[in-house]
Amino acid sequence: MMTRKELDLWVGIFAVIGIGAMLFLSLKVANLASFSSADTYPILAKFDNIGALKVRAPVKSAGVVVGRVSEIRFDNESFEAVVTLNVDGRYKFPKDSSAKILTSGLLGEQYIGLTPGGDSVNLKGGDTLKLTQSAVVLENLIGQFLYNKAAEGEGKK
Amino acid sequence: MTGRIAELMRALGARIVNNWVWRLGVAIRFLWLTLRESGPSFRRFHLTIREIYFAGVLSLVVIMVSGLFVGMVLGLQGYDTLVRFGSSEVLGTLVALTLVRELGPVVAGLLFASRAGSAITAEIGLMKATEQLAAMEMMAVDPIARVVAPRFWAGVISMPVLAALFSAMGVFGGYLVGVRLIGVDEGSFWSQMQASVDFREDIVNGFIKSLVFGIAVTWIAVYEGYDAPPTAEGVSGATTRTVVTSSLAILALDVVLTALMFRGQ
Repeated sequence: MMTRKELDLWVGIFAVIGIGAMLFLSLKVANLASFSSADTYPILAKFDNIGALKVRAPVKSAGVVVGRVSEIRFDNESFEAVVTLNVDGRYKFPKDSSAKILTSGLLGEQYIGLTPGGDSVNLKGGDTLKLTQSAVVLENLIGQFLYNKAAEGEGKK
Repeated sequence: MTGRIAELMRALGARIVNNWVWRLGVAIRFLWLTLRESGPSFRRFHLTIREIYFAGVLSLVVIMVSGLFVGMVLGLQGYDTLVRFGSSEVLGTLVALTLVRELGPVVAGLLFASRAGSAITAEIGLMKATEQLAAMEMMAVDPIARVVAPRFWAGVISMPVLAALFSAMGVFGGYLVGVRLIGVDEGSFWSQMQASVDFREDIVNGFIKSLVFGIAVTWIAVYEGYDAPPTAEGVSGATTRTVVTSSLAILALDVVLTALMFRGQ
């Protein structure tokens, strides 16, 4: 039979390994340290069409993840999608920055690309982006392409 | 003829009521008693520490080794599928999300049920069969407070730790196979993983799952032990029932929890 001291030692080791595993999952796997939700500010952006954008999709500027999409809802007055972006408080963007919905790779997930503008005033929490560009919808693209081809054919005659 | 069918239906109903509904009611009352008598397990924490040793520390090796193997298999299988779509760099995401959301809590729970749950049932059942529990009552020691509650809390505490350990070892196994063996780029392996795994959505939800499984498994284990007929056959039957019932409970609860937690938006 083990003494109480030995038991305590083993349970202590168990606790240390367990806390180590949880820290590993939080810091290395979920990368909690580099992007905590504590110091973010929300920015609104209105899009005609968000395509397949999802909540938690990354917000990137110059390819660097600077925030995440926190909410997507439909505005029943302007019939547009209102996307809330939670941007990391460390990054400031000019007031006339623009947002685009882009796709990583050909079939990859969609994300929001922030292009900084030239204004001297920075965006504050709750501001709405004026310039936005909707997601590219493949059907519209093909439709446009066919229409252009048809128009070209007409012109040749 | 109709009389015979009615007889059959009555027998079936009686079986269901006696074996399931009635036992579930008793088990819920037993859980309430255990929770009410939990004071001593925390005031005299060394009782619980001893049980954490038996339920948690002794399960460490099996959990860590199986986690490593499961992660390695995920690395191999995931690479084989992903490379066809030319997206082998998301291997880290696949391995981590599979483990943290599903396989970590579920497989660790199943292993915990067969490794620790069965041991708890057999121990309590044998204590009952050899009349140790009755002897405690004679000495005015409440067996629920002294025997059942510490084991229950030890299981509830150990299970999330073991599940986290399983997931961590699995991610490491996936890393070993994916990066070291196959040669997926190390930078994209980790960065893709970190970009997709969310602390609140994935890690915390996985933790909640493992906590729920821990409560379910240990509850079933202590109840089956305490309820076992005091014979050798009774104890062996109760041990089998613990493993079967708690495995089913884990898988069924997993469906419910997954439906509540992950709806793809």
